[in-house]
Amino acid sequence: MADLNIIALVSVGTHPTSGRARRAEQDARAVELGLRLAGDRLQLLHAGDPGEEALRGYLGMGLGALTVLQQPRGADALPVLAEHLAHAGAQIVLTGSQAETGEGSGMLPYLLAERLGWPLVVGLAEVERVENGSALVLQALPRGQRRRLKVRLPFLASIDSAGPVARQSAFGPARRGQLNAEAVPVAADELLAEAQLQPARPRPKRLKVIQGKTAADRLKAATAKASGDGGQVLRDLSPEAGAEAIFNLLLEEGVLR
Amino acid sequence: MSNIIRRDPRAEWIARNRLHPLHAAMQEKGETSWMGPSGLIRKNPHAVGFIGPNGIKRIDRSGVQQGASRRSAAAREAVQLPLFRIERPSLHIVAVPDMPGGRLSAHDRDLLGLARKLAGADGAVVAVVFGEHKETALDTTGVDRLLHLSGNEYEGYAPEQRLQALIAIEHQFAPRHWLLPDARAGGGELGRRLAAKLGERPATRVWQVEDAHCTGRAGAGREDLQRPLPRLILAAAECAEPVADTRHEVLPITLSEAVARSLPRLENLGPVAVDPSLVPMAESEFILSGGNGVKDWDLFHHAAEVLGATKGASRVAVDDGFMPRHCQVGATGTWVTARVYLAVGISGAIQHLQGIGACDKVVAINLDPGCDMIKRADLSVIGDSAAILRALIERVAAHRQGSARDAA
Repeated sequence: MADLNIIALVSVGTHPTSGRARRAEQDARAVELGLRLAGDRLQLLHAGDPGEEALRGYLGMGLGALTVLQQPRGADALPVLAEHLAHAGAQIVLTGSQAETGEGSGMLPYLLAERLGWPLVVGLAEVERVENGSALVLQALPRGQRRRLKVRLPFLASIDSAGPVARQSAFGPARRGQLNAEAVPVAADELLAEAQLQPARPRPKRLKVIQGKTAADRLKAATAKASGDGGQVLRDLSPEAGAEAIFNLLLEEGVLR
Repeated sequence: MSNIIRRDPRAEWIARNRLHPLHAAMQEKGETSWMGPSGLIRKNPHAVGFIGPNGIKRIDRSGVQQGASRRSAAAREAVQLPLFRIERPSLHIVAVPDMPGGRLSAHDRDLLGLARKLAGADGAVVAVVFGEHKETALDTTGVDRLLHLSGNEYEGYAPEQRLQALIAIEHQFAPRHWLLPDARAGGGELGRRLAAKLGERPATRVWQVEDAHCTGRAGAGREDLQRPLPRLILAAAECAEPVADTRHEVLPITLSEAVARSLPRLENLGPVAVDPSLVPMAESEFILSGGNGVKDWDLFHHAAEVLGATKGASRVAVDDGFMPRHCQVGATGTWVTARVYLAVGISGAIQHLQGIGACDKVVAINLDPGCDMIKRADLSVIGDSAAILRALIERVAAHRQGSARDAA
């Protein structure tokens, strides 16, 4: 699997509390998965400002160079990325699920897959095997479950927070790495021109409206205690009987395979 | 049977005789208002009320306490909501609810409420349901037309086939808006695939829609994006109030032409068994947790392996070094959302109970019947934890052997 040509698309993330620029969490997981698959032959791609120092956070994970398609702020990254990937000859392209800055709609992997005509795996957790031009991958489901999929190469995959934890970024390799800028034609993003980005307002909490019509109904509903005393206490039983009761509950809940 | 009017001659006799000692205690003191002989409403203002326990006259206006049973029972039958009929809808709003587990979730109901709001008075809400579902009360959730696509090709994970069906719906109905839930349960992925196929730019994580503008979360959640309302909307939970005022006719509709079967490029090979110790505890469904009362930790670990449960611990066990810190469940540890939480030898300090507040079923094994964990637990067994764990391991092993023999 070490001779796979893998590209990871990276973006600039923000720290949740301070808002400072740093490497994005899901993109870092995508880079980690790519490193596990291809080692240092992984290629990184970014569309934006080559002077952005937060990108060095990815280089510190053990890579020497990062290709930056030079674009001003507010430009549309889709056409330039699609153009670059169409001629790059990669077999697997890894991305995060959504961006941490700007619109963050998560549409980029889907639009790229549509333009390139490649299949898209959403929520990739692991690539098990690649053989005969198709790959066996594990898709992450909620609650830690996994689903096996078979997909033909080349394919696009988006990684969410179920991917492998990203390794730490080392300062030295981050400084020594190179950000190689490429000049590309620029297209402006129309949505960001007409929409407004505002600081997030906390959403109003939904009130539980009591449907009762009379005051007595509403009082009863408001003072009703949640029925929490449905507990069954078994004492003076032999351990086997107690274990039997627990076993029946586990079987009934369906957690025992 | 309850419509038979029963007469009590004694009560009537008492009610007729004002000087009878029980006359004042009778409820039938007189009507408060009645139609008089000339057609006027006559009222007796003294007829209301009763003598309370301390001798003071009391008037209870709630009406439910004092046994006015027959009439209020008839009035309390389910109020039938008005039926909203629409014969020729001028526009269609197509909503594709997720329906995890075959039923409408709260997110789906909010989505249908938003669809109803966008449809207004002359639009129809079309709900698209894939595969088998167990939902029976679709009429109170605001669905005017139901498009039920059932077939083996839509079962399980088949996003490309579902996308083909949605494209067919797009060609046939040309809806004004497409509404999908922006959730991990499938709506987020399907909605984005549809957006990419249609070439429409969707509004994602929308939490407020008013007039022609919508607001959605942007970036990592620290910013909001306000934009003109697009055709395709991926709505977050609680985007609108669910429909509560009207009933809707859930008319079944079908596609005029069959959906083309596409060869799927993603082949679903089924779910994979996962090692429960590798599942992060915050996401795990079944947790076995040990505390101060566990003396034999090897038995505990063995039980966790046999049961296939994720291991957890209380603060005492972690501080004593028996379990690593990331296994701690509680206020300063992890807040777990398991379906079944098996607590062995944990007394249930309030901080620990905070961590398991979201668990559905809690089972406790303890020697002390008065501890707080027993009060919280749905099933508790009082006894020696080592003996019970051993018996449980044997029972589970016997069950597995039995089922293996049945399969063989």
